[in-house]
Amino acid sequence: MSGFDETLQDEAEAPVRVRFVVNGRKVACEVAPRDTLVDCLRDKLELTGTHAGCEMGACGACLVQLDGRAIHSCLIYAVQADGARIDTIEGLSEGGVLADLQAEFHRRNALQCGFCTPGMLINAQELLSRVAEPGRGEIRDALSGNYCRCTGYEAIVDAIDAVAKARSKGGVAT
Amino acid sequence: MKARAFSYFRAATIDQALDAHARAGDDARYIAGGQSLVPALSLRLQAPRLLVDITHIDELRGVRREGGSLRIGALTRHCEMLSEPLIAEFAPLLHAAAPFVAHPAIRNRGTFGGSVALADPASEFPAMTLALDAEIEIAGPSGRRRVKADDFFIDLFETALQPGELITSIHVPLFKADQRFAFDELARRRGDYALVGCGILATCPGGRIEDIRISFFSVGNTPTRVKGVERTLIGSRLEAERITAAQGALDGDLAPPDSDEVPPAMRLHLARVLLGRLLGRLGEGA
Repeated sequence: MSGFDETLQDEAEAPVRVRFVVNGRKVACEVAPRDTLVDCLRDKLELTGTHAGCEMGACGACLVQLDGRAIHSCLIYAVQADGARIDTIEGLSEGGVLADLQAEFHRRNALQCGFCTPGMLINAQELLSRVAEPGRGEIRDALSGNYCRCTGYEAIVDAIDAVAKARSKGGVAT
Repeated sequence: MKARAFSYFRAATIDQALDAHARAGDDARYIAGGQSLVPALSLRLQAPRLLVDITHIDELRGVRREGGSLRIGALTRHCEMLSEPLIAEFAPLLHAAAPFVAHPAIRNRGTFGGSVALADPASEFPAMTLALDAEIEIAGPSGRRRVKADDFFIDLFETALQPGELITSIHVPLFKADQRFAFDELARRRGDYALVGCGILATCPGGRIEDIRISFFSVGNTPTRVKGVERTLIGSRLEAERITAAQGALDGDLAPPDSDEVPPAMRLHLARVLLGRLLGRLGEGA
């Protein structure tokens, strides 16, 4: 086994320049290789709607869309995402795609402290983009990676269920 | 909960990846989906000095037929096991197992090759490579080679992979008209690791079992084929008596380790229940 090429280690703490398209806008910033995407979004880009929870991929508070798919931003280093398109809760909110889900979560008290809500919304949006009208079992299944320690999930499932039915009828939940 | 500082290298080709790994004196890890590796780095269970990102290597992508096999590129994501028509048609056991792998956001990023390379004994896909009689294709400093799944899983998180080697693809024999499959697992909560899980691939022309491969996970240090059970079933028609006999034979094949959470006797019991259900389902298709 050959020795470690020390020039590699010199680079370890050195900042790396990364570029993304975040919420439709081109951004660039400097990160250390060990900085996760969630830390980069919150600390460097000041997009604090993405929450760092367990930082183990278990709680789902940090979900963002990467190239259109929901992923845990705590389980990817920012350097890995260099060149990717990232949509956070801020972008999806402002774009209006979540408006009906947000209104329904609000109406049904599908949140209390709100810490898990951005991840819940991003996950719900992905579910509804894949399955037009999921059953309650499917909704619960899809939420298995999103922890909520306030609500007991019932209101969250109700809200997603209502939006699914409304969307599949081409309208909004009432 | 932060990884120790490391260097990062994004490889465009397999040769670049192997070279970078070697330059780090093998104090390196390949990263693809990272859904297990990143938590391990955060907990500092591992602290390599270099991460070699293999996600952008085209050769590791894609699912296609190659002769009598389906070649599944190592970077194929778990969600693609559900969406890729070739998998559904030619490797339906993987398609059936995929919904049980973690939860949707993990499946969007985790890779098939990564799961097999990690060889978590509680994971679905490593065990299914055994049931499918798959071959693991490997690239490394001393060239390319293929290893049968039966020879790949050696001990807890230990595989036939040597330092610096990476999985390029997994080759699965094409599913045939006279074959049947079944998969299920028992878990406390969907998305959790299974208390016990099992996948079966049987060849049964005319309803009589000519060949059968039964692979369990979450029952020992490695994914586990139950060869004694398989032998009791060859030539049978999966009637109730034969299923009961197969369940009895499990005792000789499995020796679940002791754990505070699940005593060995309970795990063995759950394995018998699961085996009975799956063989019952296979029999109904007769």
